[in-house]
Amino acid sequence: MEYLPNIVFAIALALGIGFFVRNVKKLIRNIKLGKKVDVGDNKPQRWKNMAKIALGQTKMVVRPIAGLMHIIVYVGFIIINIEVLEIILDGILGTHRLFSPIGQLYDVLIGSFEILAFLVIVAVTVFWVRRNIIKLQRFIKPEMKGWPKKDGNMILYIEFVLMVLFLTMNAADFQLQQMGADHYVQAGAFPISQFITPLFEGLSVPTLIFIERTAWWLHILGILTFLNYLYYSKHLHILLAFPNTYYGKLRPQGQFNNLESVTNEVKLMMDPNADPFAAPADPNAAAPEKFGASDVMDLNWVQLLNAYTCTECGRCTSECPANQTGKKLSPRKIMMDTRDRLEEVGKNMEANKGEFVSDGKQLLDDYISREELWACTTCNACVQACPVSIDPLSIIVEMRRYLVMEQSAAPMELNNMMSNIENNGAPWPYNQMDRLNWVNE
Amino acid sequence: MDEQLKVKTMQEFMAEGKQPEILFWVGSAGSYDDRAKKISRAFVKLLNRANVDFAVLGQEESSTGDVAKRAGNEFLFQMQAMMNIELLNGYEIKRIVTCDPHSFNTLKNEYPGLGGTYEVVHHTQYLKELLDQGRLTLKGETYKGKRITFHDPCYLGRANSVYEAPREVLTKTNAALVEMKRHKKTALCCGAGGAQMFKEPEKGDMDINVLRTKDALETNPDIIATGCPYCNTMMTDGIKAHEKEERVTVLDVAELLANSI
Repeated sequence: MEYLPNIVFAIALALGIGFFVRNVKKLIRNIKLGKKVDVGDNKPQRWKNMAKIALGQTKMVVRPIAGLMHIIVYVGFIIINIEVLEIILDGILGTHRLFSPIGQLYDVLIGSFEILAFLVIVAVTVFWVRRNIIKLQRFIKPEMKGWPKKDGNMILYIEFVLMVLFLTMNAADFQLQQMGADHYVQAGAFPISQFITPLFEGLSVPTLIFIERTAWWLHILGILTFLNYLYYSKHLHILLAFPNTYYGKLRPQGQFNNLESVTNEVKLMMDPNADPFAAPADPNAAAPEKFGASDVMDLNWVQLLNAYTCTECGRCTSECPANQTGKKLSPRKIMMDTRDRLEEVGKNMEANKGEFVSDGKQLLDDYISREELWACTTCNACVQACPVSIDPLSIIVEMRRYLVMEQSAAPMELNNMMSNIENNGAPWPYNQMDRLNWVNE
Repeated sequence: MDEQLKVKTMQEFMAEGKQPEILFWVGSAGSYDDRAKKISRAFVKLLNRANVDFAVLGQEESSTGDVAKRAGNEFLFQMQAMMNIELLNGYEIKRIVTCDPHSFNTLKNEYPGLGGTYEVVHHTQYLKELLDQGRLTLKGETYKGKRITFHDPCYLGRANSVYEAPREVLTKTNAALVEMKRHKKTALCCGAGGAQMFKEPEKGDMDINVLRTKDALETNPDIIATGCPYCNTMMTDGIKAHEKEERVTVLDVAELLANSI
């Protein structure tokens, strides 16, 4: 029975990590449903972007309050993971404070974890107040009703509770150390939990051990649960921000890709020697590519990675000129819809032995309306605002391409504009011969 | 008409067996839109003053296809692009200047992939160059002390990171440059981009240009400077919506300079 806790711990750890790996595999499978796109260029610049934007949080601090608070939680998250490593090793080996023999450095580490934990509690509280009391505009938009709102708060609660458990554990441990309890080595500095310790005065050693152990177990089990909550929440950005900033757009923001499938057809049309009725050179050639996107499989995999990376902060939406003037378009909703539809497609595949079976739904109309797509001014404010290099605009344009080239479903005024270009080389119905009249007017 | 402009077409250059220093891509707005035509004329006035040996394509110029591309019509865009590229490459064009940030963006970034690689500059960049080289000098009297706020066109600013050239040029008029709260990277769109210029806006509670002119009016300007014919239209309409057309004028950077020589 002596090894029972170790065994229980090892099982919990294996389950926690096992489920997480399973979900990561699903994530990769879903992202791979996207089309191939060449992002192998300019690796040095890509690493630099990742280091600057994801690791260095450069775009977070554009909004100083949220940025500073976020950096605290982010640094807390990374640094406190060193402590998690100790906890995991203690759990497996049945040791207590395995790293304590490093002496003074250990005091410094534990002390700084405590201060960070406290700062995280403060930051998380500020975040909660911003969402629920101040009700910042971007957190109460229509797409944030229901689950997204709960999800956002849930993450804050989990983080809050984890930090409280960590400090409670330390406080009980500190009290036990002072009482000279067996097994509780004198180690660590407790700049924050020393203020909790007085609450434990007068408690017996067994009670304190019970408190310390309970907090220890709940803390690590909480972390494993949180790890598995990620996939079901908006919180995947803590992992995906890194690949997402690496694969982010390197070209000037104004440069949209030229569709290669179109280039081939246009070249054929403009070639005076081409025979329009000729059979395809290769009879086994794939069917002509669909132009634009009506569903998630028509997007490229970086756009799908974008969707999973979005943490629904809404900076894009708050900078969007259409959204600011009351239009339905919200770039954040474009990303959330893409992710939700992708999840739906993934579940569909699981239910059908790995093959997607048409469910009569698609991203267009069932998730994203035409009204939203046509409200975009392609101004790139959303792209500029995103702290993790997400490009909602590229999805909007891809879906417009489908509407125009596959369905001829542009608004009437735009159809007029386009026929003007076709007929007289200008978006207005003027004669090409009058192009130079301005010189003499 | 105040002054006879000297404008030569590429055909005329070809006939003389010469190459121009630069091709002025007038764009559809600059050719046909009554307001934008004034901008083309102001820019040419400056080119004439600086003795720039420039050409236009005239009747051979056709829409870049930019607006079709933003609307989702990649076919039409590439048709236009390939026709224009054939023409530009035929004339062996090396350098292009344009007053339209949308043409600027597509010629500079999207044409190379289709076989048309040129050095493309926005007219504010070219004017800065002419001023720096001393080919163009300003008297700096007309706008001395006037409050001018510059509205960044999305396709010049965010899209291509050109923020300084228009501002440097404006400073040379001796005007007092004032910035809107949202400027450069965070500038708000005028509402015309993405083919919105050619359609009614979707249902909402305000027009984007009215919101953007509000930003501009908060700086208490005498003049709103633009660097894009579409922004110019939107800001002019916005000023009317705010009933400030008596107090505030909307002028292109080229017009401000043309009035300062």
